[in-house]
Amino acid sequence: MNRLNQFFNSSIGKKLVMAITGIFLILFLVFHLINNLMLFGGPEFFNENVARLDSIKPLIRVMEIILALIFIYHTYTGLKLWWENKKANPEKYAVNANKENSTIYSRTMTITGSLIFIFLVIHLYTIWVKYNFGMEGSEDYFEVIKIHFANPIWAAFYFIIMIFIGFHINHAFQSSFQSLGWSHKKYTPIVKKIGTVIAIILAVGFASIPVYFFYISFGGQG
Amino acid sequence: MSEKNINLTLNIWRQESPEAKGYFEKFEKEISPDASILEVLDEINNRLEFEGKEPIAFESDCREGICGACGLVINGQPHGPLPKTATCQLHMRNFKDGDTLYIEPFRATAFKILKDLIVDRSGFDKIQVAGGFVSFNTGSAPDGNVILISKEMADQALDAAECIGCGACVAACKNSSAMLFVGAKVSQFALLPQGQPERYERVQAMVKVMDENLFGSCTNTYACEAECPKGISVLNIARMNRDYFMAKLKTGTNE
Repeated sequence: MNRLNQFFNSSIGKKLVMAITGIFLILFLVFHLINNLMLFGGPEFFNENVARLDSIKPLIRVMEIILALIFIYHTYTGLKLWWENKKANPEKYAVNANKENSTIYSRTMTITGSLIFIFLVIHLYTIWVKYNFGMEGSEDYFEVIKIHFANPIWAAFYFIIMIFIGFHINHAFQSSFQSLGWSHKKYTPIVKKIGTVIAIILAVGFASIPVYFFYISFGGQG
Repeated sequence: MSEKNINLTLNIWRQESPEAKGYFEKFEKEISPDASILEVLDEINNRLEFEGKEPIAFESDCREGICGACGLVINGQPHGPLPKTATCQLHMRNFKDGDTLYIEPFRATAFKILKDLIVDRSGFDKIQVAGGFVSFNTGSAPDGNVILISKEMADQALDAAECIGCGACVAACKNSSAMLFVGAKVSQFALLPQGQPERYERVQAMVKVMDENLFGSCTNTYACEAECPKGISVLNIARMNRDYFMAKLKTGTNE
């Protein structure tokens, strides 16, 4: 155990933790997006699918616990890195030339990550708790989303956070490959492009839901 | 000699001792566009000495971009705005008449400021001592081509060995991480046959000392690669990561 502990507390071990947990979180987002896009299939289609997931509840619960642990470990290690790195570099230069040598996505990982964490707590509290414990016998899961995003504040909040999720993943995807030790003159530029495409698909995909429901709340045709 | 002299405003970091509070001292200077930044400092120091004041302390040695002694941060960029250029090779022709320059030391917890623009980079030495070598007796010169190395491997190893250990990677990094330096030092041996016997012990020992010496962790912003005067690639960091995992999986002896 001592050996393992030493590894995970080393600077490179922490990179590995961020990379592996991060890849699992991206995978989760892909599945989450597929489920979300079913909302576009209309109330019946969506409610049926939620009910289908409900029928394998024990499996879902186990997955939720694993996901929560992964997410917490990712957040914990990220914040620990941020704190340690702040101590390693406490004084800033008189002229800020960061934009000359790095991307805004890479420099704002802690900020976007923290915003995503805050969002997730609110998101779980509003949607997840409602779905799991607050349906009061109703099975119209579609209606919950519809009412939620009729509120412009919720719609705007979700929309903005989805942009930040895109920022976060744009850096994260290629960064995880680098951390895992795979960097290649020819392939790494392609990996970077794939990461950007995934980031855009996830951000646009998720953001389309609040936009769509906010639009139909004005009587627009769904 | 080229065009006429230019006028610059230079804000230069002054700090009496590691514990003293530092500040920027302002100098207005007319300078030849052919002067390097170190020659500008030399001229200012001549004047300061003539006036009986304390000259600006800064490091330099070869002044041809190969020793790594002259690390300065100019307008927020280690070694200034030109890519793949050491401070000593940065000439004033790259600036315009009336420009304002901020000249600072490298800033990192691991690089303590000793005086003015001089920082203590002994953290790098400690990392090197931990494993940046091969420990065989060299004996007499071996025959050529006894150990075969492919051209590609030799090229990559030499690219990594180009690192002059100046510390610009640490200075550029928002986390003050030394991973580009350590990655290069690990790679130059990991790529060659002579480095294999100690390959996995080396990477563990060097990373351990790196972590102990208050360098931060890498978050892959790649600012180090962008600012490196020798253009060392972050490929070397990936190689170090890989070797470190392999080392932890393979070896059982090193703790």
